[in-house]
Amino acid sequence: MKKRTKTSRRNAFTYALVILAFAILQAMTAAGAISSSLKGMLVPICAYVVMAVSLNLTVGILGELSLGHAGFMSVGAFTGVTAAVALQASVPSAPLRLLIGMVVGAAFAALAGFLIGIPVLRLKGDYLAIVTLAFGEIIKSIFNNLYVGVDSHGFHFSLLSDKTNLAEGGKLIIAGPMGIGGIQKIATFTAGVLLVLVTLFVVFNLVNSRAGRAIMAIRDNRIAAESVGINVTKYKMMAFVVSAALAGAAGTLFAMNYSTIVANKFDFNTSILVLVFVVLGGLGNMLGSIVAAAALTILPEALRQFSDYRMLVYAIVLILVMLTTNNPTLRSYLDRAKAAVTGKRHEKEAA
Amino acid sequence: MFSKLVPIPSGSMIPDRDIDKKPILECIGLGITFGGLKAVEDFNLTIGRTEIAGLIGPNGAGKTTVFNLLTKVYQPTHGTILLDGKDTHGMNTMQVNRAGIARTFQNIRLFGDLSVEDNVKVGMDAQMHYNMWSGIFRLPGFRKEEKTAHERAMELLSIFDMQHLTNAKAGSLPYGAQRRLEIVRALATNPSLLLLDEPAAGMNPSETAELMENIRKIRDTFQIAVLLIEHDMNLVMNICEGICVLNFGRVIAKGSPEDIQSNPAVIEAYLGKQKEA
Repeated sequence: MKKRTKTSRRNAFTYALVILAFAILQAMTAAGAISSSLKGMLVPICAYVVMAVSLNLTVGILGELSLGHAGFMSVGAFTGVTAAVALQASVPSAPLRLLIGMVVGAAFAALAGFLIGIPVLRLKGDYLAIVTLAFGEIIKSIFNNLYVGVDSHGFHFSLLSDKTNLAEGGKLIIAGPMGIGGIQKIATFTAGVLLVLVTLFVVFNLVNSRAGRAIMAIRDNRIAAESVGINVTKYKMMAFVVSAALAGAAGTLFAMNYSTIVANKFDFNTSILVLVFVVLGGLGNMLGSIVAAAALTILPEALRQFSDYRMLVYAIVLILVMLTTNNPTLRSYLDRAKAAVTGKRHEKEAA
Repeated sequence: MFSKLVPIPSGSMIPDRDIDKKPILECIGLGITFGGLKAVEDFNLTIGRTEIAGLIGPNGAGKTTVFNLLTKVYQPTHGTILLDGKDTHGMNTMQVNRAGIARTFQNIRLFGDLSVEDNVKVGMDAQMHYNMWSGIFRLPGFRKEEKTAHERAMELLSIFDMQHLTNAKAGSLPYGAQRRLEIVRALATNPSLLLLDEPAAGMNPSETAELMENIRKIRDTFQIAVLLIEHDMNLVMNICEGICVLNFGRVIAKGSPEDIQSNPAVIEAYLGKQKEA
C-alpha cells in the first residue's frame, strides 16, 4: 500500500498548503499588512484555482483538450448570480445566498456540460478542441443577447432585445450585453478557500476511485479500456460534467466579487489563461495547477510597474518558467533531491 | 482423433475431457473486407468450454484480424459469432467483453501511467457497482468494493508471482512482465473465453515454459477456454488441444497438433512447396 499512502500524502500536503496560505493571508489582512490590490484579487485567485483544478480534470486526467472552459464559468456566473439576486429578499443571509448561487451555478454548468458533451465527446484531439472553443463562444453570444427579469409572476426571458415586459416592481437581472449590474459583493475569501477545498476533495476522491481509474485508463489507451469492459462514453461524460460543474461554481464565486459582470469577461482569452495554468502546473498535477493559477493571477498585477511592457514581461516569465521546468539538468537535480528526501524518510521509518 | 476445432455434428464425438457439451464460441462464415481486400473470409471455428486452442499462420495471414472481429474492434462484414450460444451481432467491444470475451494485445496496450494494481482493478470495473457519489464521499459501498477488488487483484497477480510489483507503474515494467500483466488484466474481467495475442513474444525459453504452465493453470483454475495466437511452435504444439491454421485470410487446416504437423497444406504455407528430389 505504499503507492496509496504516497498519493494520499501528496493530497494531504495540497490541502495543508491551501489552508496554510489561507491562514497566512487572513493573518496578514488582520494585521493590515496586505496591499489593497492583492486584497481585491483574493477571490479571483480562488476562482481561477478552482477553474484550473477543474480543467485539469478534463485535460490532465481525461486527456482531452478543452478550449471552452470559460463558457462553463460564464454559465455558472450568470445563473448563479441570477439565483442570488432573485433570492435577495427571501434569503437574508449572504453566505447562504452565495452557497445557493454556487449550487445553482454548478447545476446549470453541469447541464451545459452534459448537453455540450453529447456531441463533443464523440470527437478526439484537435477536433474536440475546436468544437469546445466554438461552444465557449456560443455561450458568450447567448449571454450577450439574453434578457432575464423577475417580477411577481416569476422569471421572464427574452433574446436579442428586452421584451420581458416586467410588471410593476419587477427587476431586470440580465440585461443582454450590459450583463448583470448592481450585484451585492457577497463573495468572500473564506468562501473562496472553502470552494477550493471542496473542489480538491471532489477531484482527488473522484480520481482515486473506480471512476478515476477508468477515466485515466481511457486516457492511456482507449481501445484497451473498451476491451476490458469500460463504458468509455459514460466515464468521459462524468469527467466532463464534473469539470463543468466545478467551473460553474467558480464562475458564481468570481461574479459575486464584482458589482457588474458581462459575458465578454468569459471569452476565449479566459479559457486559454486557465489552460496556461494547467499546462504550466503540469498535466494531472493539481498542486501545480493551484500554484500556477495563484502565481499567474498575481503576476500581471505585480508587473504593473513595467506599465506598457507588462504583458511582454509576463510572456517572457512564462517562457522562462516553461524552459526551466523542462530543463533535463534541473529535472534530474530535482529528482535527486526528492530521492534524497524520501530516502532519508525511509531510513527514519526503518529506524 | 477429432479436434474440437472441427465443427462437430453430434455431441458424442466431443472428446471426454471437455466437461460441457456446448461450445463456448462458434464462428460461422465469419469474414471482413477492407475495401476490396478480403482480410478474413469464411472463417469457421468452434471452441469447447475449457479448451486451449491455437490460431497460427504466417505473418499477415489475418490472425489478429480474427481477434479484432471476435472483440468487435472491427465489425464483421459477413458471418455470425455465437458466444455461449448467443449472437454477438450489434454488440460493441465493451459489450462483448461484458458478455465474456477478454483479450490481450500483440503490441502491448497497458494503461502505462497507472500502477500494476490499478491496471488489474480497471478490468474489474464492470463488476463494481458503487456510483460516483460513494466514490467521492467514500461511502461504505466504496470501502467494501475497493477492499474486495484489492484482494482479488492480489490473488490474480499471484498467478504470475507479481504481487511485489503492485505499486510499480505498468509502463515501467519489463517487457515480459507487461505481457503477463495484460493477461491478468484480461482475467480480471471474469471472461469465459480468453484471447491471447502472441503471449510469448519477447520471452526467453524459460519464461515461455513458465507461461505454458500458467496458461494451463489458468484454464484449470477458472475453467475457461483459451484461444491463442503464437509463433512459438513449441508452445503451440505443447499446450493447444486444437489448432486452426490461417493463410491469406482463409482456414487451410484444423485439427490436433499431430494432424497439423503432418498436414501438407500447412507445411507448404510455412516452408513453401517441397521440390521433388
